[in-house]
Amino acid sequence: MIDDDFVKALLEGRDFISVKHRVDCLTLDCLPDSLIGFCKHLRDDQTFDLLVDLTAVDHGEEADSRFQVVLHLYSLIHKSYVRLHVACPDNQSPSIPSISSVFPAANWHERETFDMFGIKFSDHPNLKRILMWDDYPYFPLRKEFPLAGIEVPLPAADVAEVTGADVDPAPMMGGPFVASGNGRMSEAEPRAKDESWTEESEKPL
Amino acid sequence: MSTTVKEVQIGDVGAQAAAHADGERMSLNVGPSHPTTHGVLRLLMELDGDLITRCEPVLGYLHRGDEKIAENMTYNQFVPYTDRLDYLAPLANNVAYAITVEKLAGLKLPERCEAIRVLVCEMARISSHLLGMGVFGMDAGAWTPFMYTFTEREKLYTLFEELTGARFTTSYTRIGGVARDLPEGWMSKVEKFVDELPKAIDEVEKLLTRNRIFLDRTEGIGTISKEDAIAYGLTGPNLRASGVDFDLRKDKPYSGYEKYEFDVPIGTKGDCYDRYLIRIEEVRQSILIVKQVIASMPGGLWYAEDAKKIFAPPKEKVMTSMEELIQNFMIVTEGPQVPAGETYFEAENPKGALGFYLVSKGGGVPYRLKIRAPSFCNLSILEKLVPGHMLSDITVILGSLDFVMGECDR
Repeated sequence: MIDDDFVKALLEGRDFISVKHRVDCLTLDCLPDSLIGFCKHLRDDQTFDLLVDLTAVDHGEEADSRFQVVLHLYSLIHKSYVRLHVACPDNQSPSIPSISSVFPAANWHERETFDMFGIKFSDHPNLKRILMWDDYPYFPLRKEFPLAGIEVPLPAADVAEVTGADVDPAPMMGGPFVASGNGRMSEAEPRAKDESWTEESEKPL
Repeated sequence: MSTTVKEVQIGDVGAQAAAHADGERMSLNVGPSHPTTHGVLRLLMELDGDLITRCEPVLGYLHRGDEKIAENMTYNQFVPYTDRLDYLAPLANNVAYAITVEKLAGLKLPERCEAIRVLVCEMARISSHLLGMGVFGMDAGAWTPFMYTFTEREKLYTLFEELTGARFTTSYTRIGGVARDLPEGWMSKVEKFVDELPKAIDEVEKLLTRNRIFLDRTEGIGTISKEDAIAYGLTGPNLRASGVDFDLRKDKPYSGYEKYEFDVPIGTKGDCYDRYLIRIEEVRQSILIVKQVIASMPGGLWYAEDAKKIFAPPKEKVMTSMEELIQNFMIVTEGPQVPAGETYFEAENPKGALGFYLVSKGGGVPYRLKIRAPSFCNLSILEKLVPGHMLSDITVILGSLDFVMGECDR
């Protein structure tokens, strides 16, 4: 049972964690440096051995602490979740320790979080992109990244070498399944209306 | 990943075979377009003869950026995108997503709505498992069972079509209810279907369960220990086949699952054969749940009537009453109003625990929606599981894990 006694015992002697709220499940703030040790404690002594999810939230460029990694652990004994919030100390090059040594399941989750947010997980065995391709230059789930995407060349040098033709990304307009190439994009493609770039404003680089 | 092209003369094949005798490694690329991968999974493997020594899954060929899209639309607008996660059980995805948002909004749903959701979830499970075991048989070389399960699945899709208007992309739930009530006479058709289904399952079992060839190909292959299954975050039938008693319908009941009686099958060995047996039994248990829901279907409304800022009012009231017209206008233009906060909800989907982590800063649009896809987590064990098996076991292992790339890549 996750009751007051459990929380009290968990907090005792651990000044690196604090209770944030208990609305839907016990939510703790944890300092990045103590994360690995605390995860080991949760796994071995408190039966929270199933890492169900690891992800991040981007609180925007103005926020004091922009990137926040969120972990969800489940205990088959307590039948409850515990949520850990870990604030990344540096907004420019966010980085926290990897917990893939404690939970092998974290390996792919951390790669995805790196891929989407650019958060580095130190001591990760294989920290490379998982959903986007290796040479992709952006982090799509950051708030400043536009919904319409940014066109980048596709890494197909090997295809170009064999076929003698370049690989171009699908166009935003004028392709087989998108609006016709005539007229204004902001009118033909309603989804482009709220974008940071259309034919009226410069494309961010 | 760069590909090198090499022209091979016929005579070279013999030379290559000779090179294998010295234990030289060969790398083999499977996918992303390959029938055994059930989608666009790509495996980079290193072989020593027929023995796999290394396996690296490569994902992302079906990545659509669903989580980015979710941040840019209202809550109800995202429902069709959930159809396309695990596209073999879209109804279950719809329900899991709706419950997440309702959990954050603090909505209490009428009993009829909850019962309808349980009913469609279990039908989605039957449909997904029918496909899962049919295709698994095919992967192991047995074509016929696939035809039997597909026939039954087709009947289910006819029922889905009558209920939602679409066979696959159902989009049946709304935040605070379901899109429409059950059509008249629909439940008796479902009842007739579940009455006849056990006979078809028996036929499949006669063809597969004691089939010597099938047993030889699946028993003791792809064995996942209890510890590994938990460490790699497996969920659903794949976790239960390894002997872990974890079913969210029992452990953290949602949508009124606690009212129905059913058993949770647990495996003992965790091999491919166990995973097949678990799915067969889960279909039988789902049939029991469907029967119970139909027998006890409560009357009343199928949406939360008091959720004025969340669920759009009935059409005839919008046309005749000013207040409802304004309410409808606000929900359509601003989206259902969900308070600020965060929540995490997981539902026991056919493939495993489908989780949504939702962060709201108020208003009609999510600030962040993370989709915890069971197939993504289930596949992460491949790197550890596959090495040491023969090349021909790959099809069986992949088939037994029953994954969908639509939700893996999102």
